[in-house]
Amino acid sequence: MKIAIPVNEKKVESGVCMSFGRTPYFLVNDTEEKENLFIENTASKSTGGAGIKAAQIIVDNEVDVLLTPRCGENASGVFQNAGIKMYKTVGDSVESNIKDFISGNLSLLEEIHAGLHDHGKK
Amino acid sequence: MKQLLILSGKGGTGKTTIASAFIRFSDPEAFADCDVDAPNLHLVTRQGSVSNKKNYYGLPRAKIDVTKCIKCDICRQNCRFDAILLDGTYKVDTFACEGCGVCEVLCPANAITSKPAVDGELLLYEKDKNIFSTAQLKMGSGTSGLLVTEVKKQMKEAKPDAGFAIIDGSPGIGCPVIASLSGVDMVLIVAEPSLSGISDMKRIIETADKFGIKTAVCVNKSDINMENTEKIKELCKKEKISFMGEIPFDPEAVNAVNKGITIAAIDCISGKAAKKVYEETAKLIFEKGDEKK
Amino acid sequence: MIMEKNNMKIAVLSGKGGTGKTLVSVNLAAASEKAIYIDCDVEEPNGHLFFKPDDKKEKEVSVIIPEVNNDLCNGCRKCVDFCRFNALAYIKNRLFVFDEICHSCGGCVMLCPQNALTERKKSIGKIIEGVSEQVYLYTGMLDTGEASGVPIIKELFQKTKDISDKDIFIDCPPGSACVVMESIKDADYCILVAEPTIFGVHNLNLVYELVTLFKKPFGVILNKYMEEKDPSEEFCIENKIKILGKIKFDKALGKLNSEAQIAVRTNEKYKVIFTSLLETVKKEVRNETASDS
Repeated sequence: MKIAIPVNEKKVESGVCMSFGRTPYFLVNDTEEKENLFIENTASKSTGGAGIKAAQIIVDNEVDVLLTPRCGENASGVFQNAGIKMYKTVGDSVESNIKDFISGNLSLLEEIHAGLHDHGKK
Repeated sequence: MKQLLILSGKGGTGKTTIASAFIRFSDPEAFADCDVDAPNLHLVTRQGSVSNKKNYYGLPRAKIDVTKCIKCDICRQNCRFDAILLDGTYKVDTFACEGCGVCEVLCPANAITSKPAVDGELLLYEKDKNIFSTAQLKMGSGTSGLLVTEVKKQMKEAKPDAGFAIIDGSPGIGCPVIASLSGVDMVLIVAEPSLSGISDMKRIIETADKFGIKTAVCVNKSDINMENTEKIKELCKKEKISFMGEIPFDPEAVNAVNKGITIAAIDCISGKAAKKVYEETAKLIFEKGDEKK
Repeated sequence: MIMEKNNMKIAVLSGKGGTGKTLVSVNLAAASEKAIYIDCDVEEPNGHLFFKPDDKKEKEVSVIIPEVNNDLCNGCRKCVDFCRFNALAYIKNRLFVFDEICHSCGGCVMLCPQNALTERKKSIGKIIEGVSEQVYLYTGMLDTGEASGVPIIKELFQKTKDISDKDIFIDCPPGSACVVMESIKDADYCILVAEPTIFGVHNLNLVYELVTLFKKPFGVILNKYMEEKDPSEEFCIENKIKILGKIKFDKALGKLNSEAQIAVRTNEKYKVIFTSLLETVKKEVRNETASDS
């Protein structure tokens, strides 16, 4: 299974990023291959619709589960349609969040915030 | 970080005057001015010196290379924003251009490219242990919502462990207001006791409600119309919105503001009343049993 | 250039909210023999609260959003890759459109090689027309949650572009962003309303830059004028800006305004003041446009 989590830097020790749509990178952990892959989040530079573009990146990388502190309604709509579940991260350690998810200790992300509409519309 | 956002819907209600008073009372480690179209907070707050200045790039604008242009008019016919002008040669109206890229992709002569545009400037001030994040949008630019998000992001990154932050918001109910609402813990609406003020207050309550954020109201210049002030109080009771108090009209406030001083720094009735409103607000935002998302 | 038409289009703006834009535009319209009043402050329209118009007509304003026929879509993703605003996503062999993000540029529809995309209308607000004695109103209203009022303002001017027998007073949104630019685009003359505070001057400067950039003739009305040192008056003197008039700070006027009463219809004293202001404005507009070459 592939688990994605937004991270501040391209290393496992870096913290979990507070934003989903504008995180600089995603870490994708492949539990079978026991591999970590870093994906650059090109959506972070968008003036708008960042959540949607970031969600598209996650879908295109065949991720099964997303661990994130928060998620907007547009991105969550994408995930619902893609059948990707979202779990709420606790604290900012990447390793402990992945561990907690695997042992069933993370809960589903319930609060979805409304779209941020900062999309350059005049 | 508990974030308090101060909004008003209508302009001129005293949002910035009250925000500056709250900043004086609470001495928060972080505060921000999200009214990027017309930032005013710095005029009544001691902000220290500039510690960071950054260009803010909005959407790229189209640019036509007249040497390649074959004047087929396809760009102008297909631009939904009336942003292509013909004045002898073809030119892009950079104020109207939304950076959609349609002209670029349709141009048979490859004469159109996208140029990044500086749409504003982000500023970070530091004084002792406090930081002040603000920005100025370049006139006529779009993307003010994104710049608001950048101002808040800059504030959080400059002082991530601040316990309390005050954000002076922008008027209206559009893009910049929606962007400023994200992630805040409480909104304090400064209402004015006029029919316009009440009408605008209702619209901003509706907007904040869509985001499920704890909302409270206070009335400024309350004694210019006591009946309307009562109307506002009744409305709050009916809609179950917390009422934080009233601040009377105070000619001393204008004097203070014109001297670049906050009402909290002088002995005046509006300052005293603002202090009471601040204390109620602080109680509400820090109340126990409050799970931050 | 000689102005052939008989009427003037006057935009009233201020940079800052609460300075008296609506007070001035509403009362100038009411002091005219017959006039059109256009409320371009679509996020917080207030003029209608004063006029309380009759015989109201409502018309929806919509923008165009793409719609996909999933049977025709083959998943090439040309549209997703093209969209600069990230309003499209392709998930599990289906295309999704995000309405609020879409800028209605039409690009995706034009580019789809399978013709799988068509356009549908989405309502973002409305225009309400009405009559109040000798004034005909057009009020633009943006739905809460929508980010941009520009399409409504464009529609307001589309509806009124052929009017040539009545003077038109345009109540502009505060600030100097795109909605303001859109509101003053076709104005013959701009009245800048200023208040005697440092916030007022700071924001007066912003709209002063705006009207200068747009090469619009303009003048200033100083509102809430007190005999003491007025920073806005000083600004005008320093920059050799024409002061059209001064409306004295008047508690009674403030109260009338807070009750959404039209001053010129309520009290002869105000009728005199605004009629005189109207004459001054008319003279200025005639001078400015006559000397316009």
